[in-house]
Amino acid sequence: MANEVLKVEHLEKYYQKKHVLHDINFSISKGEVITLLGPSGSGKSTLIRCLNGLEDFRNGEITFENKKVVPSEKNWQQLRQKIGMVFQSYDLFPNLTVLDNIMLGPTKVQKRNVDEVKKEVDELLKKVDLLDYKDAYPRQLSGGQKQRIAIVRALALHPEFMLFDEVTASLDPEMVRGVLNIIQDLADQDDMTMIIVTHEMNFAQQIADRVLFLKDGSILEDTPGKKFFKDPTTDQAKEFLQSMDF
Amino acid sequence: MSWEIIKQSLPMFQQGFVLTLYLSLVGIIGSAIVGIICSLVQYFKVPILDKILQVYIEISKNTPLLVQLFFLYYAFPAMGIKLSAQLCGIIGLIFLGGSYMAAGFSGGFNGVSKKQVESGKAIGLSNWQLARYVVFPQGFALSIPALAANIIFLIKETSIFTVIAIPELTNTALDLIGLYYNSNEYLFVLVVAYAIILIPLSIILTLLERRVRYGTFGN
Repeated sequence: MANEVLKVEHLEKYYQKKHVLHDINFSISKGEVITLLGPSGSGKSTLIRCLNGLEDFRNGEITFENKKVVPSEKNWQQLRQKIGMVFQSYDLFPNLTVLDNIMLGPTKVQKRNVDEVKKEVDELLKKVDLLDYKDAYPRQLSGGQKQRIAIVRALALHPEFMLFDEVTASLDPEMVRGVLNIIQDLADQDDMTMIIVTHEMNFAQQIADRVLFLKDGSILEDTPGKKFFKDPTTDQAKEFLQSMDF
Repeated sequence: MSWEIIKQSLPMFQQGFVLTLYLSLVGIIGSAIVGIICSLVQYFKVPILDKILQVYIEISKNTPLLVQLFFLYYAFPAMGIKLSAQLCGIIGLIFLGGSYMAAGFSGGFNGVSKKQVESGKAIGLSNWQLARYVVFPQGFALSIPALAANIIFLIKETSIFTVIAIPELTNTALDLIGLYYNSNEYLFVLVVAYAIILIPLSIILTLLERRVRYGTFGN
């Protein structure tokens, strides 16, 4: 595929002797949004953490923008500027202000001009309604606000590919919508490619071009979003959707 | 106990007091530098260097300062390296303190959560940048209680310098006792002198710990 952003082939992951990912194969093309669904412990987080080098893997190959990734720490350091990731627990740096949290990547890693980045960050903060909190410390923010900042922090690097790892799972219910809206806005941009791990089924249905259904470390379904939620192929997926009251 | 004797001895104690402060300060700063280097090397598992420093740490931690000083003061000259008593004292204190400070810093660095490190990596930070902006500032705040204990420990350890005749506080007191036999008075002054250094310092360090912790983590 010409505009394929990422391809994963025969990826296997072990924790010591435990085999947690079995022969993972899929690819994602530019602008596509994949949601990664499956029961707890099925390996969803482990899988997306492999995609930006936070987990190593034993066998298999990852190709990013038509180049085979040699999985060394140096290489991943470079790639992580293009592959943004947002975590469940936000993980803003408590010792830095909101602005410094966001500026760190663009100015120190990418060595971009400080004033230009500042201007751009102002714009991004405006978009997520948090411009007033620019000089605040993370401890002064609510969970939802922190998560929105964490998303801005990742976006400030101009990534081409975003990974979201259960980003609403530790938020109070009233905070969830705001964060999901930001992700939805991103998905609506044609060139943003994303993989989203989530337990918000309605959101997943709304946003997914494709669903990967993972169980016990294997991809059981790789289906267009519409089909998956109406008519999943496997019994395991049917069961899963029922268990999620969907 | 005679206040007259105490009063007469004060100028000499004053010199010892200043020397104890000076040696402690140099020793603490030196130890902290050695400790930071060792702990960062170990944190990032720099190959070879981390093994070498581990050997140093084990020797430093597991030999008494007294023996280290004797070695510097008596064995080094036999090998052709002659150092002044004060220099021996400072080197010995840094040799000992370096490993204690390394342990203190390491405790702090290792206390920085894995998630913080991962979220730093996720925005492309290199190891050095991670250390500078995330691990070091947060780890430092976490290590302050251990560092504070080390600072107090090292100041007290300077009393051992008396064995190589450095005229710091303890040496001053023992000298005076040898000369005039007024042990009650001189030991009293000695205790008070250490208390004057250590009690306020201990209080300041506790306050500092709270401040830095709040500044870093907000609790």
